Amino acid sequence: MAGKLKVSTVSLAGCFGCHMSLLDIDERLLTLLERVEFDRSPITDIKHCSPCDIGLIEGGVCNAENVHVLREFRANCKVLVALGACAVNGGLPAQRNALDVGEILQMVYRTGHGLAPGSAVPDDPELPLPLNQVHPVHEVVRIDYFLPGCPPSADAIWSFLNDLIEGRAPRLGHGLLQYD
Amino acid sequence: MKDTFLLDGEEVAFTPGQTVMQAATAAGKYIPHLCWHPDFAAHGSCKLCTVRIDGRLATACTVRAAAGQSVESETEELADKRRTLLQLLFVEGNHFCPSCEKSGDCVLQATAYRLGMLSPHFDHFYPDRAVDASHPDVLLDFNRCIMCELCVQASRDIDGKDVFALSGRGTRSHLIVNSVSGQLAETRFAASDRAATICPVGVILRKRVGFAVPIGKRTYDREPIGAVRADTVHTDKEPG
Repeated sequence: MAGKLKVSTVSLAGCFGCHMSLLDIDERLLTLLERVEFDRSPITDIKHCSPCDIGLIEGGVCNAENVHVLREFRANCKVLVALGACAVNGGLPAQRNALDVGEILQMVYRTGHGLAPGSAVPDDPELPLPLNQVHPVHEVVRIDYFLPGCPPSADAIWSFLNDLIEGRAPRLGHGLLQYD
Repeated sequence: MKDTFLLDGEEVAFTPGQTVMQAATAAGKYIPHLCWHPDFAAHGSCKLCTVRIDGRLATACTVRAAAGQSVESETEELADKRRTLLQLLFVEGNHFCPSCEKSGDCVLQATAYRLGMLSPHFDHFYPDRAVDASHPDVLLDFNRCIMCELCVQASRDIDGKDVFALSGRGTRSHLIVNSVSGQLAETRFAASDRAATICPVGVILRKRVGFAVPIGKRTYDREPIGAVRADTVHTDKEPG
């Protein structure tokens, strides 16, 4: 596998839409796999990332586990990329930022409509604690490149990765740079 | 050779009294801007149109064109400054483009595309601003306001209704509605007002027309802002 770049990907507070968009490059995935191998990623199901050339972060940071994973990626990836609207600015999950997280949990699990009798806020010790606000990834670690979009289109991801692999500073022209 | 100045090395004609922005726009040249609109007095607040005039930074919308001036606009230095201004606007409000009906028609977004703004860079404020849905035909989402005052000017100077105003100072500045309750329904505001279509971002939105044009087929999805014709910048006069 010598000569291939190692790529890790993860979805933090995201919906995996950006990963779906990555898969949307379709048969170009085969071309991509001639140049890269995947380390930690939903594609490989590897749980921890080892030293990598490129890390793609989908989603913002909404809980303690997200912080740990993001820091692990930063420590291991030479180039770290914020992939998609949520990683770039918090996105949809950050719409809760003006609300109190305790009140949200009460409303969702105890006082909301249609709940089963005896519903309670989950407190399994394995569940990561939510943060009081959702943060874009650049507010937690240093990010090298940003690829906005909800999700970024397959063509944008393809163009971006090609630039990165070829050692060029990625540039997104009209139609590829979209925030929506 | 009287009454011309140089904009990025190209001669631009002007008539005495015109600002650099007016002359450039008349000549079909685009200088990025948010708060300036050809139908209204220059506001000079967004600073996006900052150019170098004979070496000094100035806003193109407020400085009068003068013969022999050398104006620089499309430079990497100014693009950097403009991107920073845009980033400040994006983090100061709640600009979630994927859930905004204005996306694709938004001057703030399109200008950020044109200048290649890839990240917000700064920490977000995530302000808590209530939406005003009281009016039967128009919705106000203050989360997206960039305080350009175009709605203030349109409502006061064209509609003659004085519906909007800016209130507070500094970081507390915000758009308000001129009624006792602060609600739009209590004013004489109508969907046919000029102020109803002037908003360059997604604050003033007509109800019941959401997604009539799908995302991806909107004004600035088709062509970049100011790219082909300078008049593509001001789309607010188009019907519907």
